[in-house]
Amino acid sequence: MADALKDKIADVFDEPACGHNVNKSEQQRKKGCAKPLTPGAAAGGCAFDGAKIVLQPIVDVAHLVHAPLACEGNGWDNRGAASSGSERYRTGFTTDMTELDIVMGYGEKKLFRAIREVIEAEDPPAVFVYSTCVPALIGDDIDAVCKAASDTFGTPCIPVNAPGYVGSKNLGNKLAGEAMLDHVIGTVEPEVTTPYDINIVGDYNLSGELWQVKPLLDRLGIRILGSLSADARYRQVAMMHRAKVTMMVCSKALINVARKLDERYGIPFFEGSFYGISDTSESLRQMCRILVEQGAAAELLDRCEALIAEEEASIWAELEPFRPRVAGRKVLLYTGGHKSWSVVAALQELGMEVIGTSVRKATEEDKGRVVDIMGDDKHMFDNMAPKDMYRLLKDAGADVLMSGGRSQFVALKAKMPWVDVNQEKHEPYAGYMGMVDLLRAIDRAVNNPMWDELRAPAPWDEPLTEGRVLPAHSGACPVTGVSAGMGRPVSLVPPLPPAEVIASAAPDVSGFPSSDTDFEDC
Amino acid sequence: MARLTHPKRALSTNPLKSSAPLGAALAYLGIEKSVPLFHGSQGCTAFAMVHLVRHFKEAVPLQTTAMNEVSTILGGADQIEEAIENLRKKSSPKFIGIASTALTETRGEDVPGELKEIVARRTDFAGTKVVYASTPDFDGALQDGWAKAVEAIVGALVPRVTERDPNLRQVTLLCGSHLTPAEIEELVRMIRAFGLEPIVLPDISTSLDGHVSDDWSGTSQGGTPLEQIEAISRSAFTLAVGEQMRKAAQMIEDRAMVPYRVFQSVTGLKPVDAFVRTLMGLSGVQDPPPSIKRDRARLIDAALDAHFHTGGLKVAIGADPDLLFALSGALTSMGAEIVTAVTTSQHSPLIERMPCEEVILGDLGDFERSARDHGAQILLTHSHGRHAEHRLHTPLVRVGFPIFDRIGAQDACRVGYRGSRAFLYEIAGTVQSLHHRSRPEDFGAAPIAEEFEHVPHATRH
Repeated sequence: MADALKDKIADVFDEPACGHNVNKSEQQRKKGCAKPLTPGAAAGGCAFDGAKIVLQPIVDVAHLVHAPLACEGNGWDNRGAASSGSERYRTGFTTDMTELDIVMGYGEKKLFRAIREVIEAEDPPAVFVYSTCVPALIGDDIDAVCKAASDTFGTPCIPVNAPGYVGSKNLGNKLAGEAMLDHVIGTVEPEVTTPYDINIVGDYNLSGELWQVKPLLDRLGIRILGSLSADARYRQVAMMHRAKVTMMVCSKALINVARKLDERYGIPFFEGSFYGISDTSESLRQMCRILVEQGAAAELLDRCEALIAEEEASIWAELEPFRPRVAGRKVLLYTGGHKSWSVVAALQELGMEVIGTSVRKATEEDKGRVVDIMGDDKHMFDNMAPKDMYRLLKDAGADVLMSGGRSQFVALKAKMPWVDVNQEKHEPYAGYMGMVDLLRAIDRAVNNPMWDELRAPAPWDEPLTEGRVLPAHSGACPVTGVSAGMGRPVSLVPPLPPAEVIASAAPDVSGFPSSDTDFEDC
Repeated sequence: MARLTHPKRALSTNPLKSSAPLGAALAYLGIEKSVPLFHGSQGCTAFAMVHLVRHFKEAVPLQTTAMNEVSTILGGADQIEEAIENLRKKSSPKFIGIASTALTETRGEDVPGELKEIVARRTDFAGTKVVYASTPDFDGALQDGWAKAVEAIVGALVPRVTERDPNLRQVTLLCGSHLTPAEIEELVRMIRAFGLEPIVLPDISTSLDGHVSDDWSGTSQGGTPLEQIEAISRSAFTLAVGEQMRKAAQMIEDRAMVPYRVFQSVTGLKPVDAFVRTLMGLSGVQDPPPSIKRDRARLIDAALDAHFHTGGLKVAIGADPDLLFALSGALTSMGAEIVTAVTTSQHSPLIERMPCEEVILGDLGDFERSARDHGAQILLTHSHGRHAEHRLHTPLVRVGFPIFDRIGAQDACRVGYRGSRAFLYEIAGTVQSLHHRSRPEDFGAAPIAEEFEHVPHATRH
């Protein structure tokens, strides 16, 4: 591993704003927080995946992956981050390194040429160059290539050093943030700044979730100046240093960016969430409070409270019709992080019973809130093996599973409704209006008449009551020409007890020649 | 519980239904070595033939009695006799199925009586069975004409028996007009899988399935052989698919004491389960063949995958009553909502059982209007629905008759476990084909400031 990358990793691991890290001893802290991954029992993406997740939603940038085909070929255009502008971010650019490139060390040259070609074809505001395992291993210096390319072509080329083998997706998130801090943030000045400029960090506008919240900000006169990276333009990332406050949406992924924005440019940050009604309100309150502290007019607070009161009242009225359709349903939540508790309150309010919630990736604070909301910690769990979850669902311990895509089939194969609440989902559930969409999704899932049909026994699960005697087959199979009488005589009729002959004229057949042959395939 | 509404208007815009004689002709084409014959003016036949050819992409041997002004006034018996004679000379059919039209029905002819007289007098016609069905264009739709033709065939060709002598491995499969050749094949496959041998009536799966035969013939290219129709009296049971086949099944019971069951639908898990359960009972097979069980398990998985797309889906559907019932039942059982149902014929007890609030006895004009008013997200009807598709920007799944702007209509299969699976995929696939990309304005959000947009170098001067 290159020394620079090593230092970078050590740096992001030693994160003073991270709750985990703060509670560690000096010695533990030195070790970093890389959890060794267990061979044969690891799930989830690599550091490159994490970097890509964070940066790909920057819509007008050309994202160029320096790698053999797997990294981009198997992973492009697989997330639903929505764009209101350029669609360039959905295009898969890769150097598609071949054996010859690797053996002969052509990687850097090929990368440089690829950058030239992508700039000629697309004229993007910037090219993000992602390092991956193979070029990192053979020592391709993407920093040097990017520098040379930036100088030659005049388009910023940003190296993103997060090869897969250095660690988990979460580490990759942070390394991507570092790349922005080192090379992008602070490179462009906005035309004007206002006391109402904010950064939103850690939201990716999946299925348009940012836009469910943006009307609220529009009404308060708050401008999203910087975004990492929901519906973001390159220039918005480059201008982040001029915002007045940073809202951290997914509390762990990009904490290093938020803290360093504070450290370097004096922009305070807070953690918030737009999942759930109370969370949305709380996040708006906090955002306005900090903006006022930073110099915005104090009347913003009053306008914020008025907006919250109006929106909450109207959303509860909109949710009310769902109450009779979902009340009493038992929900198993299997997500993690702040979602462990942020939607629980709203579901409970509508009469649903949350029988359990996973607290994987959740902070101590998150866990505390679960206990607050649910009364005790009996309903908390970290992970549940698919086998156990299948049994729980199959035994109807729950009426619906709300989780990410990976446990989808555990629920479905147990013939249990499932609602996608993770990043791959196709519907946005953010802000106030997103709760209506979420409830609609739950309603649609649990009340689909299909479930009863699917759970009903198959026709052959119940014994035949009507006795029926059929004559043995005669003649030959038209396909094989084998005559039915040959070898072991064939019949589909199992040796049922001699049934009453229903028609008096039925031929007298004694005993049934049986066979394993499927007549359809004979 | 649906109520039937008749739109209060004189003008019909963009017809949904095809005529009853056409349905009769289609049924007659499911008989071996047959020629359907329209008793009417030659235009009746020409339109119907073009309609059939456009759908099946096959030569269709449809003939006409070519009524002229004189015969229309004086009576068409001579025209019928001459037509039979000429057809026998030209293509020696074993079966001629006559369907009346609005013209001859308005005049009011006693065709059955005259036909009896002709057949008795013309002993040289003995090698050709002639069957007549009264199918005025002004009453009912394609499925009614089909049903009347099948009833006419049963009435003429299934012998009355006084003593029952059933072949317990033989069943009769009465197919409604809404079944495609591929669907008949699928039902036959399932029946055979239980060790039963079906007689299919009428069997368009061998005549209109789209195949190249070795010789040119002026008759149907396949279909139910006449000997088999006679043998129906020995079947153990009648499986009637489609409510329209109930009367024919009753007639078989009256003539030959064969019990029957009507399957109003064989699309969707529950209806197919009922069909399979009947086959189990008939064959005494408690443990069905692996392929049947596997297909059921696969349908369940297809349902699980498809329900994300069918749940809450607003559907507009226009079809003959039997097809309407089968498809809308399968969709509502998957959580879809039928917001628009338009049908063609009031002669069906199924109408009040449709899984929607209102069934309109109407046309594609009503269909389009209602689909727009109710915000339908997907349209199901025949090819003429494409105008609504374009105007409403809503995707169309082509079902029913005619389908003339796609080839392979005869291969669409939406029955049985396999066909139901394909149908769910078809619907879910169509829903996904809509590239809905969320936009900020969908949520009432203001667009992003222009200042943030990248200005390409080429325009930067």
